[in-house]
Amino acid sequence: MANLKPPLPRALRPKPKGPSEDNGKAKPGRKEKLAQKGISTIDWIDERTALSGGARWVMFRKIPRGTNWFYTLGSASLFAFLSQAVTGVILAMYYDPSATRAYESVRYLTNEVFLGEFVRGMHKWGSTVMVILVFLHMGRTFFYGAYKYPRELNWVIGVVLLILTLFMSFTGYLLPFDQRSFWATTVGVAINGTGPLVGPYLNDFLRAGPEFGVTTLARFYALHMLVLPGAMAAMIGAHLYLVARLGTTAPPWLKADIPADSRKDGT
Amino acid sequence: MFATTRTAARLAHRKSPRDARFHFVARERKQPKKKLTTEEAQIPGAFEGETVSRRRFMTGTAHAASGIAVAAFTLPAVGFAVAPVFDKQEPRWETVGPVGDFPDDTYVPRTLTLVRGIGDVGKSTVYIRKYNTDLDDEERDEYNEFIAISTRCMHLGCPVRFVAASERFICPCHGGVYDFQGKVDGGPPVRPLDRFYTRIRNGNLEVGPRFSVNSELKRFSPRDPGMPLDGIGQYLYPARPSVRKLPNT
Repeated sequence: MANLKPPLPRALRPKPKGPSEDNGKAKPGRKEKLAQKGISTIDWIDERTALSGGARWVMFRKIPRGTNWFYTLGSASLFAFLSQAVTGVILAMYYDPSATRAYESVRYLTNEVFLGEFVRGMHKWGSTVMVILVFLHMGRTFFYGAYKYPRELNWVIGVVLLILTLFMSFTGYLLPFDQRSFWATTVGVAINGTGPLVGPYLNDFLRAGPEFGVTTLARFYALHMLVLPGAMAAMIGAHLYLVARLGTTAPPWLKADIPADSRKDGT
Repeated sequence: MFATTRTAARLAHRKSPRDARFHFVARERKQPKKKLTTEEAQIPGAFEGETVSRRRFMTGTAHAASGIAVAAFTLPAVGFAVAPVFDKQEPRWETVGPVGDFPDDTYVPRTLTLVRGIGDVGKSTVYIRKYNTDLDDEERDEYNEFIAISTRCMHLGCPVRFVAASERFICPCHGGVYDFQGKVDGGPPVRPLDRFYTRIRNGNLEVGPRFSVNSELKRFSPRDPGMPLDGIGQYLYPARPSVRKLPNT
């Protein structure tokens, strides 16, 4: 049967193969070349760091049957933390932790800076969301019995992370430095002081002196954006390492899936 | 060479026909031999009479050096952070007006600067009246010709307000109520309102440092809100070393 299609224009006709390419394989296209470059870059890094094994170990884990949406609360808490970290860093670019200028700098970044109200809102409401998510995550772990052997240490680390989250809420509440945050911190520090024997000294450490003073705000700021996030990042790293190492638990209502031939042995 | 010497020494113990493990334990009990020198421990290249091998000595030195290096920046940093706790506060006296301004049957509010350099945050209201012989029964001295009552609520530190009509101090936060003398009349506060020392200089009233009182209005070094001073309270909540009440008061 004759070819009825019109011939291709010269520019679109495939080029004749060169003698070296004419070995049955098609010449790699642009996409293949790009993919090859990406692979070789990753190979270059992997040859020097051997990271791919660790990445596979973290990412392609086996998860038990019955894994459901409640298992995403940990990741949700992590993303809440990341969101707080990113918005917090950006807020720190405008914030001034001085008792006489803090309120004005917050007013400026909220009302004058492009998207300032939105970013501050994300940080403010995100903090509440994070506390809620952390508690829900803790509830999931508790009610699924996921704190039991061999995951007790991860429960302990999680409790430390919960406390650090609440410390973040406490220290961050002072920073807008309006009437509400000043008096809430006054009350919060007084509650802290009711601990016998050490309470008075903890108070003076938090306030940097017997009264709310020149450096109190800077102290809360340093705790809020350096000490506590650093501790939290390290703890989250340990938490995730243990999750990857120990795996997740199946929901408690699932029975162990024992193969039929093992059951004959009386197990 | 090191390993072979050790192995040979260990094998030498196992010549007995008995179980090697039991034999070893029995031998340990009979004569617990302490190897004092590296030569006795058969470490190759040991000097005569040397008690620590060079390797152990160098390891220990490296650990000690890094320990000192870490302490060299950690201790000053921690000291720097906790220093304000021990920072001694000198008493400061602030003039609030001529003595004639303050009657003995009601309070007059005055603004006091508790902390300088931080604007309005460092200021606080203080309520002042003259000592009332019909009402007050504390021992009189040079510091209580006039009574200056702090507005810091002794529950958790909110600002109280004097309501002249009811002759009470009332806290807006959690419902603390104090009577005309500042003693607790109701609600959660654990002790009467703090006071300030007052003195008269050239016909003007000066307000000085803060002190706390227990339910009998006995003077104590200033404590934070929420810390009771009756019973064992004064021992459970020790006064800070840096801020004390005035001596002999």
